[in-house]
Amino acid sequence: MVAAYRFKPVITLLLLALLLVALLLSLALGPVAIPLGDTLRVLLRWFSTADLPTDQVLIIEHIRLPRTLMGILVGATLALTGAAMQGLFRNPLADPGLIGVSSGAAPGAALMIVLGSSLLSALPSFVLPYATVLGAFAGGVITTWLVYRLGQSVQGTSVASMLLAGIAIAAISGAVIGMLSYLADDAMLRTLTFWNMGSLGSANYQRVAVLALCCALVWWRLPRQAKALNALLLGESEARHLGVDVERVKRELVLLTALGVGACVAAAGLIGFVGLVVPHLVRLLLGADHRRVLPVSMLLGASLLLLADVGARLLIAPAELPLGIITALLGAPFFLALLMRAQRRGGV
Amino acid sequence: MLLVEGLCCERGRNKVLRDIDFKVVAGEVLAVLGTNGAGKSTLLASLTGELTPSAGRVELAGRALADWPPLERARRLAVLPQSSSLAFAFSVTEVVAMGRLPHASGQQQDDAIVMQAMHATDVSHLATRSYLSLSGGERQRVHLARVLSQVWDAAGQGCLLLDEPTSSLDLAHQQLILQQARDMAARGLAVIVVLHDLNLAARYADRLLLLHQGRVRSLGTPWDVLSVERIAEVFGVVVQVEKHPLQDSPLIIV
Repeated sequence: MVAAYRFKPVITLLLLALLLVALLLSLALGPVAIPLGDTLRVLLRWFSTADLPTDQVLIIEHIRLPRTLMGILVGATLALTGAAMQGLFRNPLADPGLIGVSSGAAPGAALMIVLGSSLLSALPSFVLPYATVLGAFAGGVITTWLVYRLGQSVQGTSVASMLLAGIAIAAISGAVIGMLSYLADDAMLRTLTFWNMGSLGSANYQRVAVLALCCALVWWRLPRQAKALNALLLGESEARHLGVDVERVKRELVLLTALGVGACVAAAGLIGFVGLVVPHLVRLLLGADHRRVLPVSMLLGASLLLLADVGARLLIAPAELPLGIITALLGAPFFLALLMRAQRRGGV
Repeated sequence: MLLVEGLCCERGRNKVLRDIDFKVVAGEVLAVLGTNGAGKSTLLASLTGELTPSAGRVELAGRALADWPPLERARRLAVLPQSSSLAFAFSVTEVVAMGRLPHASGQQQDDAIVMQAMHATDVSHLATRSYLSLSGGERQRVHLARVLSQVWDAAGQGCLLLDEPTSSLDLAHQQLILQQARDMAARGLAVIVVLHDLNLAARYADRLLLLHQGRVRSLGTPWDVLSVERIAEVFGVVVQVEKHPLQDSPLIIV
């Protein structure tokens, strides 16, 4: 690991290159494969007058580009909030999906989708997409705070309490969504089902815009807390002795995490393990300093989610696997391995 | 530098500290002694502002502790906890550099101070190692370097609180840490150190504060405080007190 410290700029550049590759693949690959050259020419169409088949232009502009943008936003935000949450909980095994923040956000969003149009009938219709995000955000805030209070102890946070809280919240969330599914019509039902598995398939520019608005706030504010997060890892008292306003930082972290996770859940459903695996890999590569972990996690999170989504499109083409299934298949064994290693070292 | 007047603290309904008065000035090392449950941790918590006293006041550099803005206070008051729960793979240098967090002195000066602080606690050779790969004693020295770097440039107005800094250290490093506390006092800091070992306290502290059942039982030079009768009364152990053969401090033989 010490050797890796010397190659920090190189690693960051390589990850940047990986994101570009993932972006191109995400635009080019799918049930209809478009040659990379043509993909580039579609992207650069504004600068050249080249003649391109209209179907390729349509596929890229209206299906794959919004989907790719959503993948970048969701991947980067989940990885960023995952890293922040691990710092807040002082535990490298915390993940928004595992400890129930995502599953707490889901019923909030589901409630808005199924009942929102009747609850908010007085409001103009353009509010509705935001209402879903707001519902997810509210669910996320409540669960993050709850889990944080439950998991807190003198020695930091107990993974056992956190995971148990996550199980309970997932159960409540499942019950609420199950109940809502009886009230839902067919279209709503489809949306609800797709949530439990997670997918970028519903991407369109309107959703991307709403998501981008929320993510922009999270991307702008969260990395500013990097130094405070470093101090927080020493313990809350120690952070206070270093002059950190711990209560304010915690409040901001909980709100931003809930907003980021909530917006991602509202847009793409439950996509687990990105927030766990990505920051972990980044820490292995670059060390634990949040000033590096936060931005680089965003880079790697976006790339990995795009690649996983390409896999989701190709594995059983022309049908499509839910993205959440792929991230769970890759992430869950990773989590188990981490858990076993932590146990061998004596306690989680 | 650090002034405590009429301090009373309650935890729940229990009065844990009553009418504590003392003062530590720049250049002085004060050791706090007492049995388990005598109120040492509570005293330390109220000196760091973590516990609000029910009566009395704590002043840092002439200003009530609660009136300091957090960052400015952190530049003058550093605290070494008994143990830390850091579970992330920071390098040793990164952990020590966290002590510079409250400062805006610039990368260059910060780096220089971090190097000196690491040298002072004998952890320079561990600089690039991961914190998680260190032994308990090495970790303790890394954290000491961190709090030293925090108040390194606060000479004349800073205060260093050490909570049982020697508990997980071997003989040589116990001496090293307390010698470092002395050196920091010589640089113009007020140092308060909670200790269990009476001989270490007698050897390295200018004055001792003996807490007993939440009150100051005795405050003064090691010779004043560590008498046979008082040790028997407070600790319930009959000891012999001799003169240290190499220096003018009492030597307690159990």
